[in-house]
Amino acid sequence: MKRIGWLAAIPFIGMCAGPVINNRAAPFILGMPFILAWMVAWVFLTSLIMGVIYWLDPSPCADEETV
Amino acid sequence: MNIALIIIAAATVFALVLGIAARSHHKMSLEEWTVGGRHFGALLVFLLFGGEIYSTFTFLGASGYSYGFGGPAFYIIGYSTLAYVFSYFMLPKIWRYARKHALVTQPDFFVRKYDSPALGVLVALVGIVALVPYLVLQLTGLGIIVQAASYGAVPKAAAIIIGAVVVTLYVIISGIRGSAWTAIVKDVMIVSVVAFLGFYLPIHYFGSIGKMFTAVNAARPGFLALPAHGQSVSWFISTTLLTSLGLLMWPQTFGASFTASNANVFRKNAVVLPLYQLLMLLVYFVGFTALLVVPGLKGGDTNMALLKISVAAFPSWMVGIIGAAGVFTALVPGSLIIMCAATLFSRNFVAALRSRQSDESTVRLAKFLVPVMAAIGCYFSISGSSTIVALLLMGYNFVTQLFPAVVFSLRKRNPVTKEGAAAGIIAGVATVVYFTLAHETIGKLMPGLPDVVKDINVGVVALIVNVVVLTVVSAATAGRRIQLVEETVK
Repeated sequence: MKRIGWLAAIPFIGMCAGPVINNRAAPFILGMPFILAWMVAWVFLTSLIMGVIYWLDPSPCADEETV
Repeated sequence: MNIALIIIAAATVFALVLGIAARSHHKMSLEEWTVGGRHFGALLVFLLFGGEIYSTFTFLGASGYSYGFGGPAFYIIGYSTLAYVFSYFMLPKIWRYARKHALVTQPDFFVRKYDSPALGVLVALVGIVALVPYLVLQLTGLGIIVQAASYGAVPKAAAIIIGAVVVTLYVIISGIRGSAWTAIVKDVMIVSVVAFLGFYLPIHYFGSIGKMFTAVNAARPGFLALPAHGQSVSWFISTTLLTSLGLLMWPQTFGASFTASNANVFRKNAVVLPLYQLLMLLVYFVGFTALLVVPGLKGGDTNMALLKISVAAFPSWMVGIIGAAGVFTALVPGSLIIMCAATLFSRNFVAALRSRQSDESTVRLAKFLVPVMAAIGCYFSISGSSTIVALLLMGYNFVTQLFPAVVFSLRKRNPVTKEGAAAGIIAGVATVVYFTLAHETIGKLMPGLPDVVKDINVGVVALIVNVVVLTVVSAATAGRRIQLVEETVK
């Protein structure tokens, strides 16, 4: 759990990095200005990362036993 | 009578009937009324949490914010997503502790963890003070929606009072079940309406979403990125992170986590809820389209952007459906807030001051306070005028001050004492009040600093003050606690 938990720091870094990398409207990606497209991408990645954490995290099983 | 008004009225009656029916055969004990007997599965908890996000703030505030400020509005999609990352790790622990000790409110958690009813009173006060502007926000939104969608036939004040009465009735009768049941209808409506508007409007007026953004960028160069000063990159990052800490600290959200039937509910939801934030994207589309189609809204009026463009683009029946969805987005969070504030006051304020109070009289007093809270909300929303996002940010900075004391208390050995927790919260809240009342920013306090530091959200300063005071006071009082323990051991 300890080591997997560190994965959760990635969305925070990713989400905030967009405007640091490129604080401009261009390039437009899928029609959206860069920062917005960047954040949308990170919404998907965050969900994916949380899925990976859930998949690797042993604590849900431990919970089921105690309930 | 126009068609829009009939649809909105029908939706309001439906909300009332559904909210009351939610009681079904449940006997309304304190635990049943406040946390649904801790029986809610993943879907209902999802809706209570999702419902919290998709309030009038989304519907009007986020579209208005993108209309008024452009790029800085993108922080909303970021902070809510990140808040669910915290929820994965924090809520299972909080939920387990709450079930073990039969907690029903957020201050209960502090009372038990820090063994201090006085800390519970403080946390309840902070919660109530933060909840009132949030309630005002929902009711103000409700008034704006009904007035606009009824083409002015129903004045704001009348709509606000009718909405408050509906919520009061179903909250008294069904408690949190009323909120959860109406949340189902609300989410179906808001998702369909926002999905429709978000795709239809830009395509209708510009041909595609991409062309719409190109047009916005041509008309207002730089508007779709962050400005160099003010809401700059450092404002964006600090606001995103800060508000992500605050989201779970809202007393009604924190308390809603107690309704879950097991801890895994939160872990599953942490995977799915980020995707639900994508709906916000469509709200932005509406806001930016409105900027070019119905230009000229200034200040607080930017919150009218979504409604203005809807009235301009659609026939009366469609405006009615949009208005009805808007009514639900105000009623559901409004009901959670009113119930939460009433319970905080009854259980953690009055009961703490009286030496003994049974659960029955706590519920009775809380139900009595529901119409009182609703009346306070009505008063401020009818008399006051402030823009929606500004109101919310002040409340947000208050509840964020609870974050350090909660996080430390989840550790196996909590280094923070009750004095430390209380002093930290008080110092943090005082800093927020000072900055807000004095309209101070970091730049004004220390003009010599570089822009990157100047633009940092002042809430960060409050949180730093909070943590420093919490650490110092805990260190000073920790020794005494050990002494006390040793004495009792002897």
